[in-house]
Amino acid sequence: MVRTKNEAVSMAAGRRRAERRKMNMWCWLFMVPAVGFYLLFQGYPILCSIQYSLLDWSGMTANAAYVGLENYRELMGDGLFWNAFANSFVYMAMIVPLELAVSLFLAYMLNNEKLKARSVYRTMYFIPVITTASVVGIIMIFLLGVQGPVNHALTALHLLGSPVNFLGNAKYALPTLVVISLWKDCGTYMIYWLAGLQGVSKDVYEAATIDGADRRQTFFHVVLPLIAPTGGIIAILCAINSLKVFDIVKTMTEGGPYYATDVIATYVYRNAFSSEIGMPRLGYASAAALFFGGAVILIGLVLNTVKDRLAKSM
Amino acid sequence: MRKIKTFATHALLAGIGFIWIYPFLWMISASFKSQPEFFENRLGLVPKAPTVDNIIRIWEKAHFGTYFMNTIIVTLFSVLLVLVMTMMAGYAMGRFRFWGRNLCMAVFLGSIAIPLVSTIIPTYEVVKSMNLVGTKLGLVLSQAGGAHVIFLLLFTSFFESVPKELEEASKIDGCNYPRTFFHVMMPLCKPVATTVVIMETIWAWNAFMLPLVLTLNNPLSRTLAVGLYAFKGENTVDWTGIAAGGTIAVIPVILLFVFMQKHFVEGIAGAVKS
Repeated sequence: MVRTKNEAVSMAAGRRRAERRKMNMWCWLFMVPAVGFYLLFQGYPILCSIQYSLLDWSGMTANAAYVGLENYRELMGDGLFWNAFANSFVYMAMIVPLELAVSLFLAYMLNNEKLKARSVYRTMYFIPVITTASVVGIIMIFLLGVQGPVNHALTALHLLGSPVNFLGNAKYALPTLVVISLWKDCGTYMIYWLAGLQGVSKDVYEAATIDGADRRQTFFHVVLPLIAPTGGIIAILCAINSLKVFDIVKTMTEGGPYYATDVIATYVYRNAFSSEIGMPRLGYASAAALFFGGAVILIGLVLNTVKDRLAKSM
Repeated sequence: MRKIKTFATHALLAGIGFIWIYPFLWMISASFKSQPEFFENRLGLVPKAPTVDNIIRIWEKAHFGTYFMNTIIVTLFSVLLVLVMTMMAGYAMGRFRFWGRNLCMAVFLGSIAIPLVSTIIPTYEVVKSMNLVGTKLGLVLSQAGGAHVIFLLLFTSFFESVPKELEEASKIDGCNYPRTFFHVMMPLCKPVATTVVIMETIWAWNAFMLPLVLTLNNPLSRTLAVGLYAFKGENTVDWTGIAAGGTIAVIPVILLFVFMQKHFVEGIAGAVKS
């Protein structure tokens, strides 16, 4: 039997189509575990959150009542919600610049091949990152307490007249949390910066040295502009992570004193899971969590646009 | 002049380093101090009469032995699950332009911004509907849930970099998709897999919000991170016990990190690059 050219072509196309179908099928089989877990513990919960946020619900299935947008309306008039919302953003505004500056300083110091023992320093700066935040928080309560070593040392050195209750004073509590988080997470951002700094070629440093620039001038006039794009990404990651803060706040202050350090995560936790305030309010807490989640995503998008604009104008 | 400068740099870096690790040194030292010595010698790092009473007390009486085992089991199995699923998905996304690939990637990437607090309530309900609240299995599954964006990116970019010839050769040898994956690709990705295992071990070990919520009704299923928090709530005065619990909770991850830090640091750096 003689096949025409057309038949041969269409058979080849058919084979290719079959091959593609097989490839698609296998790829999706490989995706099933990841996608399945994602849908179950991330995708589905997001959809559920939307539904819960429209309910007046204490967790017992029997007494869930549909209340429409009532939760959101109540939220808008809830001073404690706005207090937590504002605290989250104040916390972010305080920690992002500090964290970026300190971690960049450490990274720049360590990004020097002639420096001996730099891997030892890197390990030291990184240790807080890998330790359990809740454990760190609890230990810090004592270290920073009125009777703790920090106050002891500061008064002994006459830097403080009398011991300061860092975590019990509404004025100092949030800044203290910022300092502790700064210390805790600095290593991560230092590694990010190091990755960026390693992209700057040695010739750049050499050229700057030949031109008579010292290390500080080289940094501000040559290196900083070069790593600014990486810095944009690092800043966004830092901002998003700081808005998610929970472990440190929960273990160190529980949001107190008098809600001075209450962030959205502790606010939602208290409303949904804690028995301190009577019946849990899952619907109301979901509305708060969703509203905040939306705000975080919005901030992420805005920052990303700002970063792209800046990159273009440079 | 040059020497002075180098010395100053080292003094500065070492000084910062000491401040950075002082809390841990203090905690470890406090867990070997007796109660009276603890309050007498608040700043010092060397216990005069070292004792293991605190460790034994908290291990046996405060259930830290149980918490320790719980943490190990939860960490071990969630790491295994995460490793398998991110490796498989990374392989598919790194090697093939299959239907829906870009959508999957976009959805995973977009999840970076979603805070855990926005999904924790329904996640609790999902685990509850499986009847797994307060069990280790519930903790393992929910800990393994989520997007694991960094690990997906690491595996995807690794598999993208593997030369095409390898796959074609194995195809000619008659290997089908799963065989190619298991016999050709899996052995290749050991370095990335090590990084993922170490990072996820540390994250799972340190997880707090999920285990806190999921063990509210069953204290004996607590992990170390949650156990220490609960212990502090019940025994505010037993600071040497708290320090001992903290030491038990952080020593394993510190050791793991010190010996395997290369992989961890490379993973973090690789994530920001891609």
